[in-house]
Amino acid sequence: MTGLNHAPSETQRLPFDLARIRRDFPILKREVAPGVPLIYLDNAATSQKPVQVIAELTRYYRDHNANIHRGVHTLSVESTELYEAARAKVARFINAPRTEEVIFTRNTTESINLVAHAWARKFLAAGDEVVISEIEHHSNIVPWQMLRDERGIVLRYIPMLPDGTLDLEVARKIIGPRTKLLAITAMSNALGSIVPLEVLVPLAKAHGATVLVDGAQSVPHMPVDVQALDIDFLAFSSHKMLGPTGIGILWGKMALLEAMDPFMGGGDMILTVSMDRSTWADVPAKFEAGTPNVADAIAFGAAIDYLDALGMDAVRAHEREVTDYALRRLSDVPGVSIFGPMDADLRGGVISFELEDVHPHDIGQVLDTYGIAIRTGHHCAQPVMSALNVPATARASFYIYNTTEEVEQLASALQAVSKFFGGGR
Amino acid sequence: MSDAGLMEDLYREIILDHYRQPRNRHAVDSPTCSADGSNPLCGDQVTVSVVVDGDRITDIGFAGNGCSISQASSSMMTQYVRGRTVAEARAGVGAFQQMMTTGEVAGLEGFDDIDALVGVAKFPARVKCASLAWKTLEQALNEGGAATPVTTDERSA
Repeated sequence: MTGLNHAPSETQRLPFDLARIRRDFPILKREVAPGVPLIYLDNAATSQKPVQVIAELTRYYRDHNANIHRGVHTLSVESTELYEAARAKVARFINAPRTEEVIFTRNTTESINLVAHAWARKFLAAGDEVVISEIEHHSNIVPWQMLRDERGIVLRYIPMLPDGTLDLEVARKIIGPRTKLLAITAMSNALGSIVPLEVLVPLAKAHGATVLVDGAQSVPHMPVDVQALDIDFLAFSSHKMLGPTGIGILWGKMALLEAMDPFMGGGDMILTVSMDRSTWADVPAKFEAGTPNVADAIAFGAAIDYLDALGMDAVRAHEREVTDYALRRLSDVPGVSIFGPMDADLRGGVISFELEDVHPHDIGQVLDTYGIAIRTGHHCAQPVMSALNVPATARASFYIYNTTEEVEQLASALQAVSKFFGGGR
Repeated sequence: MSDAGLMEDLYREIILDHYRQPRNRHAVDSPTCSADGSNPLCGDQVTVSVVVDGDRITDIGFAGNGCSISQASSSMMTQYVRGRTVAEARAGVGAFQQMMTTGEVAGLEGFDDIDALVGVAKFPARVKCASLAWKTLEQALNEGGAATPVTTDERSA
């Protein structure tokens, strides 16, 4: 038996030791060019991976690799156990009542599309209203527009206020008896605004609506408890929370998942197949047609172990501190304007900004020569860009390994960028 | 700064000069054809308006906003095209695209400033910024003819 017990059975909380955390991420030691160490500030796009996750991925392929849920041989049994153990870790992490409610997908986008196809197409009719917001990522806009065009549902949105928060007054008017689904992000990927789910979810629930939360930016960065939130579906991705790409999660309440038809047909999702008809397997297998991404799911389990050991309260506290520092420090750089709420309690570790007379693309290009990786563009949130009346922004986003020293270097590099392009247009 | 050399390849002084003081960044009177170009991913946007008289481009102007590379390339493109024949302008589009592909200066007559953009070829993510104005010009000329202005994309953002 080769080490099926390498995952810690009891999570031990470790002190939030930044130096130790940084040592776990080999990529943070690399240089972007000779003498220029990497400063990675693009965590809202994807996070870096600790050695523990990389090792787990390698260990799986080295010691256990086999297809799952079939075959009686040792490797297949081990692979199945590891895959299902990862599912259990995810369930615990978000406080899901039942492990089987956790479905492995490819990413948040697929998770939302799964709900749009397998739940909304079955249970929504023409005239039913789906409420989203103006600060959604495209992945929580486009599936509903497609459904609107196909089924005649009505799509409404909660507008954004100039400070990047949602207009709750309008939300109270929009969410009503016709609302069948509230599909809302917990945190804007473009601005970092934290959405007050504690206000919006009860509004939707009061009218009997189902609630889907896009947790792509919240689950990696703060404690998320699906029962405390009283939501019905939660979608998020592994790769933004230390895990591999190619693994996403859809959590849903069992009663809803059981009532839904499959998303895709094929192997692993059936109970029986004859040439005339097939019957479906139970949840979650019903939604996991074909050989799943076994290795990455298992490595995602190691990522969750890592975050569990830190504690999500500590993760949030650290990011809040770095964000608060960055909000103040970047505000001091001449020409910098920050979008979104200026209170670190109201935003996650995401700061979108512009620099006077310098296009975001040029900012990103010059920062790269300082080893600083940021995102530039519309961040898959074009409605937010339109509301701000800008074509694009520059965005720095933080995670557990970022430091205030890195923010300091960003600030001084931005001053150099300003000087480089100085002279205006 | 690490890659000082590489950065100087990308942001040559003549490019920054065109960015800070763009040529032909104005509306033209009674354009015979025009086209919009947009790279929504990075937020580059340009509108090219052309006056064609016979086979000659007698006036050209551009509007828009975007990164230094896209705006400088627009400025240089209009400087090159103004006063040339449509065939010469098309040859310029071809030469520019060639330069972005090969990373070698085009060496075309009248391309002196434009050849400074050759360094962009080393930055794959920026080639589309430099090419936008040229593709938009090509579109304008293709759609051209006095009566058929191209539908403008109002993605002003």
